[in-house]
Amino acid sequence: MNILFVILLSPFFGFLFSGLAGKYLSEKLTGWISSLSILISFIISLFVFRGLGSGTAVYESTGFTFLSVGDVFVDFAIQTDRLTSIMMLVITGIGFLIHVYSIAYMHGDAGFYKFFAYLNLFVFNMLVLVMGSNFLMLFFGWEGVGLCSYLLIGFWYRNSEYGKAARKAFIMNRIGDLGLLFGLFLVIANCKSLNYLDVFAAARSGAMSTELINAICISFFIGAIGKSAQIPLYTWLPDAMAGPTPVSALIHAATMVTAGVYLVVRCNVLFEMAPATQQLILWVGLATSILAAVIGLKQNDIKKVLAYSTVSQLGLMFIALGVGAYSAAMFHLVTHAFFKALLFLGSGSVIHGMGGEQDIRKMGGLKTHMPITYYTFLIGTLAISGMPLLSGFFSKDEILAMVFTEQPVVWFVAVCSALITGMYMFRVFMVTFLGGFRGTEDQKNHLHESPALITIPLLMLAVLSVAGGALNLPELFSHEYSQWLKNWLAPVLGTSQSSLHHPSHQTEWILLGIAVGVFVAAWLFTRNKYIAESSVPESDDEMHGLAKWTAGKFFVDELYDDVIVKNSEKAGSMLTKADIGIFSGIMDWVSAGISWISGLFGKVQNGRIHYYLLYMVMGIILMLVINIFR
Amino acid sequence: MNPDSIFNSLDISHYIYLSSVLFCIGLFGVLTRRNAIVLLMCIELMLNAVNLLFVAFSSYIGDSAGQLFVFFIMVVAAAEAAVGLAIIVMIYRNTKSTDVGLFDKLKG
Repeated sequence: MNILFVILLSPFFGFLFSGLAGKYLSEKLTGWISSLSILISFIISLFVFRGLGSGTAVYESTGFTFLSVGDVFVDFAIQTDRLTSIMMLVITGIGFLIHVYSIAYMHGDAGFYKFFAYLNLFVFNMLVLVMGSNFLMLFFGWEGVGLCSYLLIGFWYRNSEYGKAARKAFIMNRIGDLGLLFGLFLVIANCKSLNYLDVFAAARSGAMSTELINAICISFFIGAIGKSAQIPLYTWLPDAMAGPTPVSALIHAATMVTAGVYLVVRCNVLFEMAPATQQLILWVGLATSILAAVIGLKQNDIKKVLAYSTVSQLGLMFIALGVGAYSAAMFHLVTHAFFKALLFLGSGSVIHGMGGEQDIRKMGGLKTHMPITYYTFLIGTLAISGMPLLSGFFSKDEILAMVFTEQPVVWFVAVCSALITGMYMFRVFMVTFLGGFRGTEDQKNHLHESPALITIPLLMLAVLSVAGGALNLPELFSHEYSQWLKNWLAPVLGTSQSSLHHPSHQTEWILLGIAVGVFVAAWLFTRNKYIAESSVPESDDEMHGLAKWTAGKFFVDELYDDVIVKNSEKAGSMLTKADIGIFSGIMDWVSAGISWISGLFGKVQNGRIHYYLLYMVMGIILMLVINIFR
Repeated sequence: MNPDSIFNSLDISHYIYLSSVLFCIGLFGVLTRRNAIVLLMCIELMLNAVNLLFVAFSSYIGDSAGQLFVFFIMVVAAAEAAVGLAIIVMIYRNTKSTDVGLFDKLKG
């Protein structure tokens, strides 16, 4: 056993405790013990992180043999390198804040203990995903987080719509998982091992052809598409907002959906050898980024906007992965985790204060009622929109600068996407917090600032959202402290990044200027529309033309429904008919025949004792006769 | 005349004929009569036919094991008669009849 296993097992025991004993204990005790189990993991992760600081060491620890088939052995083994340590800190750190937040948010819910059990199980699975030292461990965690996501989206299972959303998320994830699984099979067939080190060594040695590596990478990328909600499998994420808001913050914004990004960064050796796949990633990421941003412009559910924003930001990360800027993608992953968790928790605070209302058209003017939520949400909005010197500004700029030198066209579209990001975020912010209150009188009287357990995590995340940029400052600002994250990840990324050209300082200053310009433009445009004219987004009936299309999410859901779901159902009902007609029919005939035959013999048993005696005597005589003539 | 000599003068085949006849009479009774008490008596008759055969062969071979079995069978037959008669009494009390043809509740 090893200290690394404690990181893993602490949330698992938290899960067992909340799940088994939580029902009989008070909410406070259950909630705090669950949170504590995550805090323990976080603190140990910090020590591990510090321990890694000295060199390029990788901590490894093997538990037991997980799987042994033929000549393939896979261990339940975990490892920690520099990439993993970053993910561990994000997962346990933000996970802890969200646990604390949930104690207040889920107060009074009948499934309180269940909620914390699921959350702990999720953290456990997510840690398995990032800490595993082979692809099977990754797959284990991958499926585990999918399960927890399903359980938590459908947490309020009495609402059948929520149950449907949970199933949708699960099924769409399964499609991606199939891709990942296929990739794993290819790896096993060609490397006879699932260990990262073995597979990457085999790839480096040139034992695998480019076509094979491309096939593996595309399979992995299909898995990433499902988990990280990219086109064409992105539609589950907005629906996943049916879950309680802390779940949206933890699973559907900060951690689980970044698993796809983690997978690609982890396999950077393979992806570097598959330029065709990289191109695919680049364009899928770009299309997702711009499409989701445009849809986000016209959504009126506060959580839906944030959901599409998440899809869009994930697209941006995939753009970075597509050009091979892995550290930039990781940088954005971390800062995005900060400010998106903050925004979701802020929206949760708003929903809490509004008594369950999620439509921003019925809010407005919450600034005076909920000051802490207001200021923290403002910081989150500024960070994601790219206000200079906040975390989102640096991480987004890093990606854009990398893309600019590789693919100027992509850069232009990505900048447009950033502009739209600023527009919809300011729209949500202004409509929700500024202007006059548009809800009912009841809601107005009910309005209140959330309790400390909600506001303290908000404040801490706000600090992180402001300061997160310090992780990876551009070289322009300071030579000494710049590019920390990039240097930190250098041993993991190896040579994958060295081929990238960073733009010249002059170009970079211009790009920074453009980024600032985009931010200001977004702010001015939105301010003009929603504050100066103090207009409110139109109701659903007033929309027409393009606006209606956008608000309807370009009817992609309906398209999938018509083309895939309905046809699947048709095929299913046809197969059901075949099943009933042919297979069931044969079985029915067989059973009917048997009961007819048994009916014949049943007549023998007529209840008359003389017949029984006669049968007995005849039987004895028969045996005698047989004995004689044998 | 000494009774022993009569038995000794009889051949083993006579015993076999006698017990076969007794057994067949019992069997015939079991299969044809409807009165439960007669049925029970016929079963006793069959048992005793077998007993007779046992004793005869025991004496013929000079081995006492056969006679031992006869005692067993007599004990079992006594128990069977007690239980069987008790059942018949109960049936009679309920139906005022000992006709086995009436008892067909267990037909399949």
